[in-house]
Amino acid sequence: MTVPRLFAPRAAQRVAMSVMWAATAVTVGLLLFIIGFVLRRGFGTLSWEFLFASPRHSGALGGILPTVVSTIYVSAAAVIVAAPLGVAAAVYLAEYTRESRLTRVIRSGTEALAGIPSIIFGLFGFAFFVTTLGMGWSVLSGGLTLGLMILPTVIRTSEEALRAVPRHYRDVAQSLGASKWQSIRSVVLPAAAPGVMTGVVLGIGRAVSETAAVIFTAGVALKMPFSPFDSARTMSVHFYTLTMEGISDDMAYGTASVLVVTILLINLGAYAAMNRLTRRYR
Amino acid sequence: MSAITHHYRTAGGVLLFVATACTRAADARPADAGVVTLAGSTSIQPFAERWAEEYDGGRVIVQSGGSTAGIKAAHDGTADIGMSSRTLQPAESKGLIETVVARDGIAIIVHAGNPVRALSLGQLQGIYAGSIRNWNAVGGRDLPITVITREDGSGTRDAFEQFVMGPTHEITATALVTAYSGGLRKMVSQDPGAIGYVTFSQLNTQVHSLAIDGISPSEPAIASGKYRLQRPFVFLTRGAPTGAALQFIAFVLSDTGQRVARAQGLAPVALQ
Amino acid sequence: MMMIARARRWVATTHLSDGVIERCLLFAALSAVTTLVLITLFILREGLPVIFDRGPMAFLGGVKWAPSRGHFGLLPMIAGTAVVTLGALVIGLPLGLAGAIALAELAPPRARRLLKPMIELLAGIPSVVYGFIGMEILVPFIRERGTLGGPGYSALAASIILGIMVLPTIIGISIDALEAVPRSYRDGSRALGATQWQTITGVVLPAARNGIVAAVILGMGRAVGETMAVIMVAGNAVQFPGSLLAPVRTLTANIALEMSYATGAHAQALFATGIVLFILSLALNGIAGRVRAVRKVAAA
Repeated sequence: MTVPRLFAPRAAQRVAMSVMWAATAVTVGLLLFIIGFVLRRGFGTLSWEFLFASPRHSGALGGILPTVVSTIYVSAAAVIVAAPLGVAAAVYLAEYTRESRLTRVIRSGTEALAGIPSIIFGLFGFAFFVTTLGMGWSVLSGGLTLGLMILPTVIRTSEEALRAVPRHYRDVAQSLGASKWQSIRSVVLPAAAPGVMTGVVLGIGRAVSETAAVIFTAGVALKMPFSPFDSARTMSVHFYTLTMEGISDDMAYGTASVLVVTILLINLGAYAAMNRLTRRYR
Repeated sequence: MSAITHHYRTAGGVLLFVATACTRAADARPADAGVVTLAGSTSIQPFAERWAEEYDGGRVIVQSGGSTAGIKAAHDGTADIGMSSRTLQPAESKGLIETVVARDGIAIIVHAGNPVRALSLGQLQGIYAGSIRNWNAVGGRDLPITVITREDGSGTRDAFEQFVMGPTHEITATALVTAYSGGLRKMVSQDPGAIGYVTFSQLNTQVHSLAIDGISPSEPAIASGKYRLQRPFVFLTRGAPTGAALQFIAFVLSDTGQRVARAQGLAPVALQ
Repeated sequence: MMMIARARRWVATTHLSDGVIERCLLFAALSAVTTLVLITLFILREGLPVIFDRGPMAFLGGVKWAPSRGHFGLLPMIAGTAVVTLGALVIGLPLGLAGAIALAELAPPRARRLLKPMIELLAGIPSVVYGFIGMEILVPFIRERGTLGGPGYSALAASIILGIMVLPTIIGISIDALEAVPRSYRDGSRALGATQWQTITGVVLPAARNGIVAAVILGMGRAVGETMAVIMVAGNAVQFPGSLLAPVRTLTANIALEMSYATGAHAQALFATGIVLFILSLALNGIAGRVRAVRKVAAA
């Protein structure tokens, strides 16, 4: 068990710790590099006109308005699916049961769903929503598929948020005569709201950056979607198409910048909400 | 009525509403007055989008999916017009009316700095089959050849295989594969040893096209049929085209439509 | 307007029995499991026929993939996925573990609060952006600097990009594993005269071993399932990667490249590829879960 001492322990420690810090610096540096690279080249293209104009020539000219709207529609559809289902599931897991075989099955199922590659969701969405249910390539198909994809995230985060609410909240509410559901609805859920919001916001972030699942369910039509049954090209799909077709580097960088800034804002928002929650219960 | 029954009734009503909305929308889509849906070849897609931009007779929606998917979409009515950039097999064309709307040449491209300017069909086949591996074997520099192709199922690749590879030869497994023709061109423009094929309309100053068996791809050469690597762009309809689809096809075949096509690098329908 | 007011009043005053509520919530809780079952059913329904038609051995072991000519061999893609995933781990594991150690053991709380979210931000960047950066910077770099040549689109490029993409997963879960090691372990070690580094390597890391293994396996799962970034930089040639500089195709790329075009048996073959991928990620997730569970029991 004794390791031969080749180097003095303190010197070895200094070297080792520098290596650890160097690795961290590389990781953080990569992040900053990626964001900086995209934003620097895309900054010139960014303008209000870019965001609000329609694309022309398959996206080589003009702006990205339909893709922005499509992204909002598809994400909204995903949240409408995932938020109620996810929060309800979390409420069940946190409030209504003890650990049992049933909850273990539910948890394994949720964990397994979280690990499924997005392309499989794309295949499933295509086979189920687009083809079998006949919804075609549409905002609805894309939103439903994405909603199922972000469901595990919402469940996990909401459950944590609910468990973080102190016991006495529930006890006090129930001792005042509220039924279990009433106490949850009026006291626990509002208290857990910031954490739940964080989960939903993180889910939105995932939905916005998704490409593989969306491209086979929402389609690639570069037109403004007017109904949930219209096909829609989201920003990430548009960016992917612009890049792979080599249509326009400027437009690609511009779209990527909008994407990256959106994700940054979403993640910052999620963190702000999370901090509010932890500060409240510190 | 108790609260629970009331609750179930409301839920039932909502479900019914959603269900009818789904089925209504499912029939409504292709038959919507004035809206034309096209689906199919990614080679035709950008042109269809340009035609759609210039068309003012109604709304036109263009989906991609590839020639095979376009043929299928025309068959089952998922789209009003299926777009195919390859010839149909006899089983596929049953029940469909094919309207040629333009002709497209397939250009063989290399890096702008590549001194090789011409190849024979046999050399091209050898390169793509993997038997010719270095540019110096065809009169170029000592540089390994990077073969780039479209993916299995692409109409463009299908046309290329028909003309160049023939029934006996296959594209080498070592070839880089991309699903986008614009992307293929970009890859060729960045790699000095690359060779690829794209639709003639995709040519730009970043790549050079090769003369095959002495004939260079050009609008007159394609239009006259001398440049043999060409294929028709076909619009497919289930039965004769009618209504909004007919109007759109008429526009595409009109002088304006054909002018838009030629401006983009396509050859007109009629042999010149 | 009246409808909304009525609905509001209904929500505010209706006293649904707790039993009904519980059943509704249970239904919601089962939604994830239901979805999983649905996905399994549909992927199997579309993909199994082709597997049985040609025989699983021919499918998994076949070396030729040319669907339009009727060849459905997945072996090159399985090899591609394996090579690229291993490569990603070679890059991601050292960097990730080192970063986790730095953040969990060495960093003061303020630095950790700043750096941990930043690393999680790496996870939020869309995979197409990673692929794009790979195409614009990494691929030309490999092509022009690689003394052994190659088109730049290669297993190496894919490994590097994937390695970066799995960093947040490995770091995040490793940090959890390290933080779960009780303080007393560290205190005891220091009390015996060990330096902090000796404590980390001799006591903390072995104690956190299971969690770190889980982190690596989950990182593998992420790498195996990545599609867009890989399509953009790996070259997608249907061959066994002879070297790191050769272009490869992964299982995910196989599906995504040909999916839009495929019909009939070709489409079924892609779903069959999906089945393989599905089983692979379920297996990886399952193993990671088991490993984590063992850790929980051991630390109790």
